[in-house]
Amino acid sequence: MKAMKLNNPSIPLSKGDEKKSTFKFIISEFKPKGKLLTPFNIISIPIIITGVILIVIRFINGIGSVTNLTQEVPWGLWIGFDVVTGVAFAGGAYVLTFMVYILNLHKYHSIVRVTVLNGFLAYVFYAGALLLDLGRPWNVINPIIGNDFGTSSVLFLVAWHFLLYMIAELIEFSPAVAEWLGAKRARKFLSGMTIAAVIFGITLSTLHQSGLGALYLMAKDKIHPLWYSEFIPVLFLISSVFAGLSMVIFEGSISHKVFFNQISKKNHDAQNGIVLGLAKICAAAMFAYLFMQLLVFIHGKRWDLLNTTMGYWYLIEMIGFVILPMMLYVYSYKKKNITLVKVAAIITMLGIILNRLNVTVIGFRWDAAIRYIPTWMELVVTLTVIFTEIWIFRWVINRMPVLSESPAWVNEKK
Amino acid sequence: MSINRRDFLKTAGVIGVSLTVGDSFAAVKNKGAEVEFHGILYDSTRCVGCLTCETVCAEANKLSAPIGEPKPGVLRKTDEKHNTIVNCYKTSKGEVFIKTQCMHCNEPACVAACLTKAMYKTKEGPVIWRGNKCMGCRYCMVSCPFDVPKFEYHSSNPKIQKCTMCFEKIQKGGIPACAENCPAEAIKFGTRRELLKEARKRIVENPTTYIDEIYGDHTAGGTGFLYISSAPFNELGINTKLQNKSYPELSKGFLFSVPTVFVVLPTILLGIYEATKKNQFNESNEIE
Ligand code: SF4
Ligand code: SF4
Repeated sequence: MKAMKLNNPSIPLSKGDEKKSTFKFIISEFKPKGKLLTPFNIISIPIIITGVILIVIRFINGIGSVTNLTQEVPWGLWIGFDVVTGVAFAGGAYVLTFMVYILNLHKYHSIVRVTVLNGFLAYVFYAGALLLDLGRPWNVINPIIGNDFGTSSVLFLVAWHFLLYMIAELIEFSPAVAEWLGAKRARKFLSGMTIAAVIFGITLSTLHQSGLGALYLMAKDKIHPLWYSEFIPVLFLISSVFAGLSMVIFEGSISHKVFFNQISKKNHDAQNGIVLGLAKICAAAMFAYLFMQLLVFIHGKRWDLLNTTMGYWYLIEMIGFVILPMMLYVYSYKKKNITLVKVAAIITMLGIILNRLNVTVIGFRWDAAIRYIPTWMELVVTLTVIFTEIWIFRWVINRMPVLSESPAWVNEKK
Repeated sequence: MSINRRDFLKTAGVIGVSLTVGDSFAAVKNKGAEVEFHGILYDSTRCVGCLTCETVCAEANKLSAPIGEPKPGVLRKTDEKHNTIVNCYKTSKGEVFIKTQCMHCNEPACVAACLTKAMYKTKEGPVIWRGNKCMGCRYCMVSCPFDVPKFEYHSSNPKIQKCTMCFEKIQKGGIPACAENCPAEAIKFGTRRELLKEARKRIVENPTTYIDEIYGDHTAGGTGFLYISSAPFNELGINTKLQNKSYPELSKGFLFSVPTVFVVLPTILLGIYEATKKNQFNESNEIE
């Protein structure tokens, strides 16, 4: 596989230069492309360095040395934001693969790869964040090797699904890697597995997106009743649809600026149609979500809770971050206003962050005498995770045919 | 390719089912009648707040000696260095002492939560923690309705700490350190069935002393640790709002739906895929 690419003229390097040896090829690919002193680099590099130092301290002195976690609130920002919120945002991958590969909506094909890449990296990094939060990470292998299979645990299910889903996404993305390396036969083989991986991946996603909510089912007495119901899994699943797609819209609008030169004219022009289509789906999903929330609210007879501080907070979430962006999506779709779609996407994403944190952190032990408030160090580590992910994302985009067109030989063979 | 796909789905289905159905709830419930669950009956009317139990517990588990003493208005809490704590409350029946520790639930939330079975309900009744399995995820802490498991946040090799009902001593035929040493005989070890009988007897024989309730009889699906008291339990800092259903019951519905989803959803997806496949040739050739 590697031998093939050496003298293959169609290596899709953006600069197009040929390489002498595998080793040199790999080394040269690690060199940054483009300017080093961009605003993003200037902000992210010091944060990543600080984050790495904090992670070292965390492993030497224990989790308590960098976090504010307590005996009552054992899961904080790293789980509530990095894992639970991050995975919701990564939901775009399963929704889009469903639309493109299962429903065969070709319109969205040009953004599938970048979304799957994003999803894959998100899982790798958020699962990584999970490792930071484990007190005894050397035992992380136990539920996989069977020491022991805690099959009655929702977390067992989620952990396995994370692992399997990463594999599924890697398979879905692998043709791009093969194209980068110029491995024709491998590409053919790998793309033959796409549909199976997609079906498997969607099933896994359905279960672990809802599973992340189901994790909190046993914490019935600890979560504020406005956010706790037996329907958390369903709410998490539905909201992951518009969380993921809003992320796709948001990320797409940035990519189209930053990686402008990589995107073909055809795909640039198609982008607006794609964005509007996604806006419509988001609006529909949000409507279903709202309806579900309303049912849960009425079913739970929660009227008297509204007139409390937490009640107002709940109303802010529902009105400001669900109803408002939903209407914005509808309006911008009707008016074909791309800017407004992006605004709606950002508000929706803030709403998802709010919702996930309300369940996992803010509403968790809301009545505790000492509230958990994350330390600056937890924030820096979280940012480190996000920034490192973006670095890798950028590295891949600049090398593999993700946003750019596949090399010519891919279509030749058909 | 279509054969590959089908095989793949079949394998996926099998993995899914075996991963998720398993012996889930059988493991949590005590089915075998050979060994009975053991427990502890704590009688707050006898407790004198001498802290002997705290002291011997610390010795037995190599933890720290008690800090402070029970006083009304002071809430001491169990932590990673103290598995049991005795507090004092001013109640409608005067000052009453109350001991807290793991409840050793019949169907423990912590055990259902643990993805490695590090938290383990022994057939003798005590709920124990096994360090060679635990990965320190703290999901047991999130799930336990009594906030019992504690985590060593300041260790690079942290353990989960909680009362184990001195399981190792029990296995050798002994009884828990607290029950063994309580000078007021407020802590009684035995099988859960005997203890419930004993508790009812005390209540019936002294109806003016005790309130007519055994805490732990039904709460959270029944617990191994049982309380009787002269004052209502909500005056003693005990959470009386917990449900009587067991806590693992709450996520059961979700877990039971998983195998179904794993079989039905791929089938549906495959069906839609086959149905929409022809679009593929009509509109574009760029499908992989
Ligand atoms: S009280 Fe908590 S830690 Fe103890 S057995 Fe019950 S659920 Fe587990
Ligand atoms: S912290 Fe350990 S004992 Fe608790 S649920 Fe996680 S693996 Fe199990």
